[in-house]
Amino acid sequence: MGLAIRVENLNAWYGQTHTLRDVSLNIPANHATALIGPSGCGKSTFVRCLNRMHETNPTARVEGSVIMGETDIYKDASPVEIRRRVGMVFQRPNPFPTMSIYDNVASGLKLNGFSKRSVLDEVVERSLKQAALWDEVKDDLKKKSGASLSGGQQQRMCIARALAVDPEVLLMDEPASALDPVSTSKIEDLIFQLKDQYTIVIVTHNMQQAARVAENTGFFLSGKLVEFDKTHKIFTNPTDKRTEDYITGRFG
Amino acid sequence: MIRINFQQKLDELRERLLVMAGLVEQAIQRSIEAYEERDPRLCDLVTMSEPAIDRMEREIDHLALDLLAMEQPTAVDLRFILAVIRINADLERVGDMAVNIVKRVRELQSIPEADLPVDIPKLAELASNMVRTALQAFINRDETVANAVLEMDDEVDQMNHEAFHTLGELIKGHPELTHQALNALVISRNLERVGDHATNIAEDVIFWLSGADVRHHILSQITDLTAENQQ
Repeated sequence: MGLAIRVENLNAWYGQTHTLRDVSLNIPANHATALIGPSGCGKSTFVRCLNRMHETNPTARVEGSVIMGETDIYKDASPVEIRRRVGMVFQRPNPFPTMSIYDNVASGLKLNGFSKRSVLDEVVERSLKQAALWDEVKDDLKKKSGASLSGGQQQRMCIARALAVDPEVLLMDEPASALDPVSTSKIEDLIFQLKDQYTIVIVTHNMQQAARVAENTGFFLSGKLVEFDKTHKIFTNPTDKRTEDYITGRFG
Repeated sequence: MIRINFQQKLDELRERLLVMAGLVEQAIQRSIEAYEERDPRLCDLVTMSEPAIDRMEREIDHLALDLLAMEQPTAVDLRFILAVIRINADLERVGDMAVNIVKRVRELQSIPEADLPVDIPKLAELASNMVRTALQAFINRDETVANAVLEMDDEVDQMNHEAFHTLGELIKGHPELTHQALNALVISRNLERVGDHATNIAEDVIFWLSGADVRHHILSQITDLTAENQQ
């Protein structure tokens, strides 16, 4: 099992607030890794540090290292390059409302300088197929705006948009929390298929979702990574009492 | 986010299992007394308790199934519910053993009494003590006591093994006592199986408390696992 990302002693702050404390974690390649924990535990901050989005907040600060392959993302690469290598999907689908479905998916490529029509056509089709949306939208690619799709379809379009720039890692921050159960299960099925090609890190409040889709799960509490282990171990026999209290609902 | 309702339902599941255990312990105890006293009234009581035990088994299974379906339990709660489902099935089987024993006692009542070379009361005491101890481990959440039950099983197995041989010899030497000897043999075998079910219950208690699966392991491996868990 190869390593996609090695995180060492990661600390993050918003202003004076120390939101991540000495987090070290190895994220295996071509697997889904779930991060769980109560609101404000630092799990979203953690994933935002993996693609240098955390620093877009003017008061934010990061210390420690995040190493992807041979690249220390805070030392050896620009934020733009990192965000191409590490795609992100958010809780609420965020289509560009004035753009067609086609342009939404192609937007990342265009930003990266690709303009040849045949290349764009091919990548849009491939990405929409990977996101399991192609059959539903192929006849309306340029006719319909991204915002006209249903919530579940919009989210899959956003996944296609993230995949279009051929990232190594896909970060998903609560990707299904705003979706109905059918759309949720489509996203979960998609995660299963995408694992072969991408490394997936998913933040979720839905613990059953973590149990269903991820091989490994990390539990965050008060900015610290309390426990990281095989998902099956976390959900049947966690080592740390705090993990057990959280997943069994004795927390409060 | 403490799940009060869920915790109350888990308590209810535990209480019901203890009621089930009480019924089963009483049945096995009465079957042993029925043997010792050759008492038909006690035989009837054991037979009559069976529908209540079966009903209780179904109720516990339904409650456990509901909790699995509706509450998505995890970790210690999941292990607890799984252990209760298994213990429930083992208890029901012990109830069946009690019914099997009184069937043999009724047969023995109808034929002349004989002095048999097998200490059924002692075997019965060992087997019922295993059930009692396994349930004590469940009630007190005590892994050490559960482990003690696993060690008690050897003696029960040994006694049943010896009964097989001595009663076999008796039948060869005194064919006129075949009927008595066969009934005692069946009782011995049933008590040995009571011991096996008590062992299963103890293993489920260990699984619930530590997550360790000690089924079908030899004793030394069990000891190693327990030592690891205690570290």
